[in-house]
Amino acid sequence: MLSSTSPNLRAEVKNLSFSYGTKKVIGNLSMPIYENRITALIGPSGCGKTTLLRCFNRMHDLYSQAAYSGEVLLYPEKLNILDPSIDPIEVRMRIGMVFQKPNPFPKSIFENVAYGLRVRGIRRRSFIEERVVKSLQQAALWNDVKDRLHTPATALSGGQQQRLCIARALATEPEVLLLDEPTSALDPISTMHIEELITELKKEWTIVMVTHNLHQASRTADYTAFMYLGDLIEFDLSERLFTTPKDQRTENYITGRFG
Amino acid sequence: MSREIFSSEEFDFAADLRRRKLIDFLFSVAGMLSLMLALITLIALLVDLSSTGLMRLNADFFTNFPSRFPWRAGILSAWVGSLAVMFTTALCAIPLGVAAGIYLEEYARKSWFTLLIELNIINLAGIPSITFGLMALGLFVYRLNLGQSILTAGLTLGLLVLPIVIVTTREALRTVPRSVREAAYALGSTRWQTIWHHVLPYSSGGIMTGVIISLSRAIGETAPIITIGALTFIAFLPHAPLTGEPPFVSFQWLSDPFTVLPIQMFNWLSRPQPEFHVNAAATGLILLLLTLVMNAGAIWIRYRFRKKLKW
Repeated sequence: MLSSTSPNLRAEVKNLSFSYGTKKVIGNLSMPIYENRITALIGPSGCGKTTLLRCFNRMHDLYSQAAYSGEVLLYPEKLNILDPSIDPIEVRMRIGMVFQKPNPFPKSIFENVAYGLRVRGIRRRSFIEERVVKSLQQAALWNDVKDRLHTPATALSGGQQQRLCIARALATEPEVLLLDEPTSALDPISTMHIEELITELKKEWTIVMVTHNLHQASRTADYTAFMYLGDLIEFDLSERLFTTPKDQRTENYITGRFG
Repeated sequence: MSREIFSSEEFDFAADLRRRKLIDFLFSVAGMLSLMLALITLIALLVDLSSTGLMRLNADFFTNFPSRFPWRAGILSAWVGSLAVMFTTALCAIPLGVAAGIYLEEYARKSWFTLLIELNIINLAGIPSITFGLMALGLFVYRLNLGQSILTAGLTLGLLVLPIVIVTTREALRTVPRSVREAAYALGSTRWQTIWHHVLPYSSGGIMTGVIISLSRAIGETAPIITIGALTFIAFLPHAPLTGEPPFVSFQWLSDPFTVLPIQMFNWLSRPQPEFHVNAAATGLILLLLTLVMNAGAIWIRYRFRKKLKW
């Protein structure tokens, strides 16, 4: 399906099925996640794309009735993060996530970014301060907040809050960064800033992003996966998937005939 | 049906709207009257108690022990007793109730068993308080030999208000949005870290409100305290909790006999001399004011915390 010059694998989904109670949400899905690339998951509402994203950090384990089968392998050691013997907390310490709606803690900006470090028992102040500054810089928020690090994070604008959530996720150097519709609650200007930021971040991070916005996928993502009714219909380079889709359903979706 | 009905002559929409608005108005009046009834009762109670009891409220009334002479009788042992019992009640009910609430809301998986427990907690809140008194008499006084002491009363009232603390704790925890919890979990925090760093601090206003409301209920409880055999005439104070010699803290007071404000009030009311009834009214006034102050404090705390938190 892809040329032999594909970049390195960072993770790989293999025959993943997921059900919630008696409801099957994802059926036998396989796809690669490439290092330092952005992979977008698109598809109509209810197709299972957010569910798939939340498999990567075992978020479903928080709620009963969730059942996985298949594997999500984390490269290079090919660790199956869905294995029941792997602690979901360990997985979440390695894979960061940013949610649909900005969800800063009602604490200071500094404490928000430092939280992931504190959770891990890191106490050294100089290290924490250094990481907080660096993460805020990487999230392109530093200039906005450097004079008010100790003011409440909830006073920031929506776009700033979302960048803060990105900084919070980056502070612990995750191996993969999951973004769940990171701009759907934001205005167009903030959306543009976040998109620029995401494109910048892929230099250092591997990103998997759910989006409802097809333009966003084609603009920012290197690879795009189209999902429909819990199945992966098509996975390809974004430029190919959006210009010459192989599957009729993909074409119907990206041309706006449904969804 | 077709859309002709909207333009038909026989159906008068304006009249119908007038009728619908009248119903609206009638309900708002009925609602306001119901509210006024509750408020007027409270005000009448306050005025009535004040008119008889207010003149008895001087410093002596608070610093005198009960006496067979009504003009010399005071509520010193009663208010100290109430204070000590409330303190013990809080120490018993807060950790137990908050821990149970956290467990039910955050840890327990939803199953028929937890549902059964939840149902029973709600039932427990509705059990007549005298039943708790009987249970305490059998368990604390006779079986555990704790005597008719402050400790027994504190434990009894603690158990009595435990369901209220549990239920209000759970309600407070539920106000913390799922998105904030997920944010913490996604960063690799454990359940306890999520609770301790986020859920509890953000809901502590609601929890404190619940605790105060439960204590304001406990402070007026009479039946279970009488059942466990609290004395109605006490002319001495419990041992002091702080002493002059090491280790400076004494728990002797926990096993001391005691009386509380509502019992003192009940005792005075049951006397034939009208002068004692004045004392009872004054005590009632204090109880009423205490309850009002505690509830106002609870509302204030909730307001402060709500203002501080935005999601």
